[in-house]
Amino acid sequence: MLRRRLNRLFGGDEKRVDSRTIYVGNRPCPATETFIPPKFCDNRIVSSKYTIWNFLPKNLFEQFRRIANFYFLIIFLVQVIVDTPTSPVTSGLPLFFVITVTAIKQGYEDWLRHKADSEVNKYPVRVLEDGQPARKDSEKIKVGDIVEVVEDETFPCDLILLQSSRDDDTCFVTTASLDGESNHKTHYTVPDMEKDLQSLSATIECEQPQPDLYKFVGRMHIYKPEHDPAVRSLGPENLLLKGATLKNTKKIYGVAVYTGMETKMALNYQGKSQKRSAVEKSINAFLLVYLCILISKAVVCTTLKYVWQSQDGQDEPWYNQKTEKEKGTILYVKMFTDFLSFMVLFNFIIPVSMYVTVEMQKFLGSFFITWDRDFFDPEIEEGALVNTSDLNEELGQVEYVFTDKTGTLTQNNMEFIECCIDGFQYTAFSSELDSFCVTDGPVSTFQEKAGREKEELFLRALCLCHTVQVKEAGPDELGGDQVDGPASEPLRPAEQRGFIASSPDEVALVKGAMRYGFTFLGLESKTMKIKNWQNDVEEYELLHVLNFDPVRRRMSVIVRSKSGDTLLFCKGADSSIFPRVRPEEVERIRMHVQRSATEGYRTLCVAYKRLSVDEYAAADAGLREARLALQDREEKLMAVYNQVETAMSLIGATAVEDRLQEEAAQTMEALQGAGMKVWVLTGDKMETAKSTCYACRLFRRSTELLELTVRTLESGGRRREEMLHDLLFDFHRKAVQDAPPARAGVNRSWSSANPEYGFIVDGAALALVMNPSPDTNCSRYRSLFLQICQNCTAVLCCRMAPLQKAQIVKMVKNSKGSPITLSIGDGANDVSMILEAHVGIGVKGKEGRQAVRNSDYAIPKLKHLRKLLLAHGHLYYIRIAHLVQYFFYKNLCFILPQFLYQFFCGCSQQPLYDAAYLTMYNICFTSMPILAYSLLEQQIAIEVLLDNATLYRDIAKNAMLRWGPFLYWTVLAVFQGLIFFFGVKYLFSNPALQDNGQVFGNWSYGTIVFTVLVFTVTLKLALDTRHWTWINHFVIWGSLAFYVVFSFFWGGIIWPFLKQQRLYFVFFNMLSSVSAWLVIILLIVLSLLPDILLGVLRKPRGPHTQQLSKESLLYVDRYGNGARRFPLAVTCSWRHSG
Amino acid sequence: MMASSYNIKEEDGHHSGSSGPGGNAVRTKKPDNTAFKQQRLPAWQPIITAGTVLPAFFIIGLIFIPIGIGLYVTSNNIKEFEIDYTGIDISSPCFNCSQSYSWNTTTSCTCSIPFSLDQPFESNVFMYYGLSNFYQNHRRYVKSRDDSQLNGNLDSLKAPSKECEPYRINENMPIAPCGAIANSMFNDTLDLFYIDPNGTRTPIPLMKTGIAWWTDKHVKFRNPGGSSSNLTAVFYGTTKPLSWPKPVYELDTDPENNGFVNEDLIVWMRTAALPTFRKLYRIIQKKNSLTPTLPRGNYTLDIVYNYPVRSFDGRKRMILSTISWMGGKNPFLGIAYISVGSVCFFLGVVLLFIHHKYGNRNNSSDIPN
Repeated sequence: MLRRRLNRLFGGDEKRVDSRTIYVGNRPCPATETFIPPKFCDNRIVSSKYTIWNFLPKNLFEQFRRIANFYFLIIFLVQVIVDTPTSPVTSGLPLFFVITVTAIKQGYEDWLRHKADSEVNKYPVRVLEDGQPARKDSEKIKVGDIVEVVEDETFPCDLILLQSSRDDDTCFVTTASLDGESNHKTHYTVPDMEKDLQSLSATIECEQPQPDLYKFVGRMHIYKPEHDPAVRSLGPENLLLKGATLKNTKKIYGVAVYTGMETKMALNYQGKSQKRSAVEKSINAFLLVYLCILISKAVVCTTLKYVWQSQDGQDEPWYNQKTEKEKGTILYVKMFTDFLSFMVLFNFIIPVSMYVTVEMQKFLGSFFITWDRDFFDPEIEEGALVNTSDLNEELGQVEYVFTDKTGTLTQNNMEFIECCIDGFQYTAFSSELDSFCVTDGPVSTFQEKAGREKEELFLRALCLCHTVQVKEAGPDELGGDQVDGPASEPLRPAEQRGFIASSPDEVALVKGAMRYGFTFLGLESKTMKIKNWQNDVEEYELLHVLNFDPVRRRMSVIVRSKSGDTLLFCKGADSSIFPRVRPEEVERIRMHVQRSATEGYRTLCVAYKRLSVDEYAAADAGLREARLALQDREEKLMAVYNQVETAMSLIGATAVEDRLQEEAAQTMEALQGAGMKVWVLTGDKMETAKSTCYACRLFRRSTELLELTVRTLESGGRRREEMLHDLLFDFHRKAVQDAPPARAGVNRSWSSANPEYGFIVDGAALALVMNPSPDTNCSRYRSLFLQICQNCTAVLCCRMAPLQKAQIVKMVKNSKGSPITLSIGDGANDVSMILEAHVGIGVKGKEGRQAVRNSDYAIPKLKHLRKLLLAHGHLYYIRIAHLVQYFFYKNLCFILPQFLYQFFCGCSQQPLYDAAYLTMYNICFTSMPILAYSLLEQQIAIEVLLDNATLYRDIAKNAMLRWGPFLYWTVLAVFQGLIFFFGVKYLFSNPALQDNGQVFGNWSYGTIVFTVLVFTVTLKLALDTRHWTWINHFVIWGSLAFYVVFSFFWGGIIWPFLKQQRLYFVFFNMLSSVSAWLVIILLIVLSLLPDILLGVLRKPRGPHTQQLSKESLLYVDRYGNGARRFPLAVTCSWRHSG
Repeated sequence: MMASSYNIKEEDGHHSGSSGPGGNAVRTKKPDNTAFKQQRLPAWQPIITAGTVLPAFFIIGLIFIPIGIGLYVTSNNIKEFEIDYTGIDISSPCFNCSQSYSWNTTTSCTCSIPFSLDQPFESNVFMYYGLSNFYQNHRRYVKSRDDSQLNGNLDSLKAPSKECEPYRINENMPIAPCGAIANSMFNDTLDLFYIDPNGTRTPIPLMKTGIAWWTDKHVKFRNPGGSSSNLTAVFYGTTKPLSWPKPVYELDTDPENNGFVNEDLIVWMRTAALPTFRKLYRIIQKKNSLTPTLPRGNYTLDIVYNYPVRSFDGRKRMILSTISWMGGKNPFLGIAYISVGSVCFFLGVVLLFIHHKYGNRNNSSDIPN
């Protein structure tokens, strides 16, 4: 991996050849004198991180790279080496526990990856060996092997297609799991291939592996004994990619060119890097602060110690002589060990238990996602899946959502919705023959329907004007069809008739026509057969296909009917059809088209033209000439096309719906309401993607679209770079500079005064922006581009290669303020962006499991994203943020009295608390309540969170873990620590606290402080708890009770294994003193006072019942169903008001 | 105290059978519909609002202020008398003793300090000695003891813990009791005499038991060999701490108060929390209800001055104090209670004001007034 990257970096490396030579079938070729089998990597896919051998060292190394673990290791070592006030067990045991738990967890996860890998690697494939197919494991495929693949199998590696079972030397594949396009693509065998692969002797020379899915350059040399070697050029149309699936073709043979980690699919994966959540970064920042506090405390104490000792008689008074060993140590060594001792004494300020608790919280908390019944999808009978529990809270922090289109936003399932013939609208609800039902039409008093003639013409146009193929059924059936003739044959149900086309829209149109009674039967040797209403078969000779291209945005066919008429049928986008038809026809259709488009349907207009013999002859000649042209073929063709497609008459329009996922629009709306920016990244065509964006209401009618695509770049007739420059600056001016400054945080629906911008960019344009030619100032473009994107309400990136998707995510991720990004997708083409984003969500779609496997979370449907983010994410964030702050807080006020005590014990590192208390504080006395809190807390009820997406903004930008709240908690901790210590100190100005005159010693002092501490800290959490389930009650009161019981127990027995019975009956005696009781109560109340006070002054955020009902009412007013049903009306009214 | 909206969400966890018609027929991977797993546990959802906290503030204020006043009065009623007998000042009777210090002198220095009590001490009087700038809480000092030895363990008696260094072994004999704490045991003898108006010195009986925690005396500290009377034999083979004039088994003549269970030793072994501390020395028991324990008048404090404190700039005090239910005299607690109570009350008033003036939007209008 690294080597390759290096090689790519130093492209001019002389030793490295730019191409690889492959011996087909791994047989030596006559041209090369010496056959050296070249070394390529095998076909093994490795996604796991560890092996059995390197697990322990590698895992330990990775764990100790974590700053916290390393710190605890150091503390542990110091305790082992130096004479410290506490024993090494106090920090060694928790550390060992943490490391073990983490190692087990990671080991288990890696074991799962191993299993998944071996499933892929051991998949049986058939490799041609000596002419016979031999079964092999997929991982054993070598470069040069000839592999056999049958229908519906996925290709095990990148293959050059040598032979297909189809007659026309083609095969169909679907690359749905690679780039998201689920339509069938045609690939071709190498031209003039011999039939006998066994005797084939050939080499392939091709470029080194590169990740671009659509690029491949190679040459094939075919050696025949008596001929000169023939050379065939190879292109992407000959290359079958690993991960794609063979369709509609019985069997193919191909030679492996790229295997294993060098396949284009694998190259489009990105290295797995451990994702860190923003919370963890905050923890690390806080950790550094506390580390500074710790070190400064230790430094202060060490300094004071030596200042204090320099006074007469203080260092070594007669009653407290040093040991011989102490006397013998050098001063500086002593100072250093003293410093370390202080570090150890105060190290509890950074508790190892926080990491245990955080890990446990994340691990246990993620179960709530898998348990959630709302995520259960009855279709696939699965719920949500959590692959990484490290990122739960990140779900509450998302700022940018990158979504795939195909299969994620849409179901990738086109459906014919309605059409409009000659100004009359027909919906496709009825499937019966000859039952067009008119739902809506202008001035339909006189005539309810368009003329029958027109209807027939329209349907014929639909049946003819396409490039759809009928999926071949079994040979018997096919034969039957031909023999019986259509009249006697019962109509096959539409579902059984399979159509294959490069665009799913066309299939939808043909199917739509079928529903109205015009069935396309197939294309056979230039003859298209359709069956009309009378069940007669009409035959048309297909003369020319004027292909679709995105610039013209239309396609045409020229056919000749049986009667000898030459007809041109054209369908295309309204904008490209309207100028080419008679204007008087336009108005009647335009209204329908616009309305359909507003509904989010993909609309196409259908026009036709009767060609006279002369016209056809001219067109025919023009087309033939242009096709044969060697230079500027495209331009010449275009000119002829444009010439032919004029003066047509408009017949009607169609509306096709790419069915959105359930609640896709509502989900997107909720995400935008929550302040997230939604970007659609798709490999699909721009038109399709755009209409989906409209349907999802990412773009609205009022949205002004800024297009930066190949089309706009080339429209000006200037160089692309210049155009890019102009467009970028133009858009930047519009979207960034002219935008009113106060727009942040305002829901866009309300800011109707501002024009909304939607940005559309395609892969080629993006490539220009990202890697412009050297003479331009590239970084400037990037920042311009980014700024434009960030100021648009929605961004659509189409025609993206998988790596480009990741590139976009990366660009946003690394932009200013490093926003949290989320990628959601369902196909293998989304894997790289899923891996790149902070949070990767996989949709358990139809396109395989690649995305799910590589995601952090997997959900069955897009609509689940809403609850996942708005409810779960929000709650997790609040929980973990509180957890983190609370942990730092409770340890600061735990250690602060111990620090202050040093000033009163000659800075001698005397612990204030007993060792048992020091160890148990974080493990037992105060850990369970916060764990329960961090699992169960719902400050705002889930229903409210789901209804009010804006609540998500309250916690945006890591709101609860910024320095402000951190400072608050720290100040609170310092305040309480001071109160604990000095409160008890003033009490101890007279240590005779019992009614029998007996006095308390230093351990009583520590125990009183500790009791106040445990109670205050627990009650503080109780004050923060807004959701008291029985578990909270149990754990909070239980841990307080446990503390009391433990203290009794610990002080009630002379423990034989203890060197000192420090706490013997200390707790009991403390409780027998009224003063101790009084001071404990007083200090607890005083410590909690500021928090209560602040709770009053702070605006209540809780789910107040009245407030709740009011808010949800408001919500209905604003977003209510009315708005959902009539988006147009609503947007219009906003526009007018603005 | 808190406005609570007890919100029980419909708990459909216990009749999941009704969720779907074919629910129980096929065991799907559908998550269980339990309240816990669906995060729908019934919960009490308290909210801190001005309305709920205001009464709490008033109640705290109303409770704390009387308690504080009570504490303050109690503390003021405790009588305390304190004498510094370190002998820093030349005019002090103990000046000579404090100057001529050496550990190994057999003849001890005595001095006596006269004082007078203006008020009679009515109930039991507790006699403390106080030390200042004496770091009993120094880490090296605190850990320098062997509780197992003090608990009567014979092994530890002969082989004291390493923690006792450098007070562990002297002349190849284990020290009993070992360690710095025991070694530095307070060994001044304080005696109190009442000077009658006619000039006669009446010794005041000082009780030397009951000054240590009961559990310390009876469980934590035990003489080796159980309650056998022959302590000398038990301690054979050990040596006295360096600073002690006599071995541990000669601390007292009363066998119940000798050896490790000597209460002076036990009291001393409970290390003080702060460098300035007091420890209970003797108790003056009230004789009868008619006469005060210490009537007003003149007294003399006779001191056998053994304990050196000048080397570390320390002070020695003798304190006479009566005791109440809250212990010794300490005005801090009373003052603290009064101030916290007042602050709460004051905050309550302020909040009430704010709440009435600005809190109209808030719909919790159930504030008592």
